[in-house]
Amino acid sequence: MSGIVRVAHVSKEYPRSGMALRDVSFEIQKGEFVFLVGHSGAGKSTLLRLLSMAEQPSSGDLRVSGYTSSSIRPREIPKLRRRLGIVFQDYRLLPDRTAAQNVAFAMEVTGVSNAVITPRVVKLLGQVGLGHKLDAFPHELSGGEQQRVAIARALANEPFLLLADEPTGNLDDRATHAIYMLLREINAKGTAVLMATHDVAMIHRSGQRFIELERGELVYDGNDMARLLVDLRARR
Amino acid sequence: MTLAFREVRLAFNRAPLLGILGAVTIAFSLYAFGLFGLVALNIQQALREVEDRVEVRAFLIEQASDGDVEELMQALNRMPEVADVGYVSPDSALQRARAELEEFRDVMDGVFLPGSVELRLKPGMRDPAQVEKISERLRRYGIVDEVRYGREWVEKLYRIRNVVGVAGTVLGSVFALVAVIIIGSTIRMSILARAREIEIMRFVGATNGFIRLPYLLDGAIKGLVGGGVALLLTWVTSTLVSSTVMQTRYFSFGQMLLGLLAGGVLGLLVSWLSIGRHLRDVPQG
Repeated sequence: MSGIVRVAHVSKEYPRSGMALRDVSFEIQKGEFVFLVGHSGAGKSTLLRLLSMAEQPSSGDLRVSGYTSSSIRPREIPKLRRRLGIVFQDYRLLPDRTAAQNVAFAMEVTGVSNAVITPRVVKLLGQVGLGHKLDAFPHELSGGEQQRVAIARALANEPFLLLADEPTGNLDDRATHAIYMLLREINAKGTAVLMATHDVAMIHRSGQRFIELERGELVYDGNDMARLLVDLRARR
Repeated sequence: MTLAFREVRLAFNRAPLLGILGAVTIAFSLYAFGLFGLVALNIQQALREVEDRVEVRAFLIEQASDGDVEELMQALNRMPEVADVGYVSPDSALQRARAELEEFRDVMDGVFLPGSVELRLKPGMRDPAQVEKISERLRRYGIVDEVRYGREWVEKLYRIRNVVGVAGTVLGSVFALVAVIIIGSTIRMSILARAREIEIMRFVGATNGFIRLPYLLDGAIKGLVGGGVALLLTWVTSTLVSSTVMQTRYFSFGQMLLGLLAGGVLGLLVSWLSIGRHLRDVPQG
């Protein structure tokens, strides 16, 4: 197994809010499913932003699919993004475009031809269970459905890694479960997933590896569910 | 490119009022600049017409023979500064005086008026220094008695011309700067309205060049439309002034085309700067 993500002694400090990440190190292997857990402000979103090279670490180094944070050139960032799928808690869909157009958009910006885009959009939306809502606008869809469109868009360019920043944060239990199952399905087809979440119960049910952040520090990396249960009780 | 046009259309459909307001704002700022241009053009034209009247007159001595005059005329015609030369013989000078000064008709009997040579100079050769130089050369001819050209008048004309030129450049620059600032704010507003879209474009892997293109097109189209409307407004104004106050001159076809093109280029350039600034200020996705 080869590490597609390598985070080595990464720290991130903001001039106003101080240390967001402190000496964080871990690796993600090809096709792995990893949860990123921690309280609000623990540094989960910062870590995901660093992985998409939206920002540079203050110290340390990140390597994502052959691109290294210290040496990546600004013009290479779009190339990396095309190989990543990114999903946010607030979906970030274009409100004046249909579900199909939102998914197509991700391929259009990379210069894919219409002949390729149209069947692929139908397939992707079918894959996330929205084959019957191709022409629906975001405001006509439920939160769970909007997140499915966002996931379909993230998969448009066949990413090797999906970064999901609390994708179920705005959803009810049923929709949360459905989105999680969808991400597992995607993972089963070979895409690695790094999913930030508050949902400790979901991680416990999955039995998957989780990375726990606390005040910017990596305090645990493994799949000891007993530890997670302690955390769950502490929250209650 | 097709995609960029579609994005421009989509942006317009999403907020048509913002798009129209943008083009109208550009049109009015270019209209103000166009009006200034029209005033400058007409002042320049009026000055040119006055300048055409700059004339140097050399009065000849009584003894000047026809051969001497002919020789002088030929020499003057060879001077590069001279547009044309005319000769007024003593007889025709008297006739002219009689016609122009009818009340003194009686006293003119038996009076000798000297013959003269009248020089009109080429455009660009009519400034005071040049006129004085030519007068000086004329004075050197033996048959020339006196040279007159209305020194004070020519000097005043050139002072006015210089003042108008400087004021025009300063005012024109101010108008152009105001137009650029207004157009810049208008385009910046449309970029901020689509900041979310730019963010999404970035995280799905769009290059800066791809993001920029629809905004450049949008700016160029707004500039062209604004330029066209501004031309129409200046034409209406010019026609109204011509029919009610005074005859004015309108831009030539070439100048109109240049104005239209300038609107488009201005829109394009300002968009380039605004979107560039936005992409620089907002971090990568």
